[in-house]
Amino acid sequence: MRRRIIASGVVILVVLTLITGMTAGCGRQPAQPQTPAQDGGFFQIKGSDSEVNVVQALVEEFAAVNNVAEFAVTGGGSGAGIAALLNGQTDIANSSRPLKEEEIAQAKAGGVTPVPIVFALDGLAVIVHANNPVDNLTLEQVGKIFAGEINNWQEVGGPDRLITLYGRQSNSGTYVFFRDRVLGRDYSQGKLNLPGNAQIVEAVRADESGVGYAAIGFVRDAAGIRAVSLAEAGGDSFVNPLENEKVLAGLYPLTRPLYQFLNGVPDGALRQFIEFELSPAGQEIVAREGFLPVTPEYMQQNEANLKQ
Amino acid sequence: MENKRELFIRLFFFCNGSLAIIVLAGIFYLLLTNSVTAWREVGLLPFFTGLVWSPSGFAVASFGILTLVAGTLLVSAGAAVLAVPLGIACAVYLAEAASPLERELVKPVVELLAGVPSVVIGFFGLVVLNPLLARTFNIPHGLTALNGALLLALMSLPTIISISEDALTAVPREYKEASLALGANRWQTVIRVILPAAFSGVSAAVMLGIGRAIGETMTVVMATGNALLFPTGFLSSIRTMTATLAIEMGEVAFNSTHYFALFAVGFVLFAMTFFLSMLADLFLHRAGEVAKR
Repeated sequence: MRRRIIASGVVILVVLTLITGMTAGCGRQPAQPQTPAQDGGFFQIKGSDSEVNVVQALVEEFAAVNNVAEFAVTGGGSGAGIAALLNGQTDIANSSRPLKEEEIAQAKAGGVTPVPIVFALDGLAVIVHANNPVDNLTLEQVGKIFAGEINNWQEVGGPDRLITLYGRQSNSGTYVFFRDRVLGRDYSQGKLNLPGNAQIVEAVRADESGVGYAAIGFVRDAAGIRAVSLAEAGGDSFVNPLENEKVLAGLYPLTRPLYQFLNGVPDGALRQFIEFELSPAGQEIVAREGFLPVTPEYMQQNEANLKQ
Repeated sequence: MENKRELFIRLFFFCNGSLAIIVLAGIFYLLLTNSVTAWREVGLLPFFTGLVWSPSGFAVASFGILTLVAGTLLVSAGAAVLAVPLGIACAVYLAEAASPLERELVKPVVELLAGVPSVVIGFFGLVVLNPLLARTFNIPHGLTALNGALLLALMSLPTIISISEDALTAVPREYKEASLALGANRWQTVIRVILPAAFSGVSAAVMLGIGRAIGETMTVVMATGNALLFPTGFLSSIRTMTATLAIEMGEVAFNSTHYFALFAVGFVLFAMTFFLSMLADLFLHRAGEVAKR
């Protein structure tokens, strides 16, 4: 017994040393090592899985430039982020969808005044396996596919193969956006519900019969999958979400704003961070992470919301 | 003096012992009161026999848990079928056949397997097992009950192996010696003498292993596809009760029907595991009595 404890101890120690060695080796060096934030502010950012990578990048860059506060970014889905904002558990709720009526009512009851900021745009992509020959789909076709009314690729010009649906879960803003915008009814019960954009990309990459949806930042550099060109209706021209100018011009039917909700007009470090996000430097990071910069119309809205 | 100390110690341990019962009763009470609200709003029959779970449906919300229960049962039963024989066989090998060096090396490694985070195992299921199963069974994707069962079997193996091995090595040496002296070979000794003597410990190991499988969440969220269609077999995608709680609890509006319905799902899950451990206990008790006779 004693010897076994010693043996397990040795094995655990070896593994731990290996792990710490590896993480220490490849860990990023912080810009200003071990300097605590100047005013000791600590902010939580929680919500959308689509936004978590780009916001993390923004936070890192912001901390490298002006070290005024600490930010912790976590995912969990837009619904979870909004719920946390309404319960006072987060400072910023990332959300890929606007607030629902119930949420606005709940905010009012709880004394929370959600202020929306649009910090990036997304061309939500409908993705298929790279070997799938289907290039173009209308929104109506996509809706029928995800509602289970079209269940063979043959019906939309593909090979004779049953369609496997990949989507997000009900806590996802993308799930709600896609359902309300494209389907206008319930998803097929046979749809596979995965926890994040990355998982959907992985799953479609592995499945020639698959179709899924993911934020453009996850699709741009992904190998093995392809974004389908979409059109609002049959007569319209098909636009691919990778055509940035057309997405920015609103010609891609699934262009959507990516929101951050704050409780009240922000001030101090929080405001500094929001202003950084909307600055040219911040928007450059948004583009680098595969998303699209905010259009002047949304910028005006943001400015108005930040004034109040 | 001595008496007072005795009393104090007795009281101390009594409190410790009751704490578990109080906590359990508290959880039971919390789940039950919230569940009753859900059943009042949804109706008992639609809740327990409904096939459609769609709490945030576009037009109507439905709260039928039968599909979720079927998913949980399918994936846990699959895991048990895979892990129990393998785990016990491995434990027997380690306890009876392996050289001391092998034992010293294998057991810590098996125990380390228990420390792999479930989200990592789930990711393995999504990225490695998913295409592998798809190719093997010629199905479009491998995000199925079978995928979950394989992963849960992997996760419950360390528990089953480690505790079974402890139970097997704890069997008195005399039993083995007596059996061998009577002319039984090693196989007969293991099957007829050592395993029955260690029965209670091995059963406990199995129950703990299955318990881990039923309660495991992150792995099944990632690997089973979470489709809400009633499963038709191991090759269909399933949504377990734990996955439902994990996915939906974070965003549910406080005090809504959906909120209470999730408590009711938790209550059913709790009742299932409670029933399982009761059954195990009953079983162990009977086995114990047989051994005494």
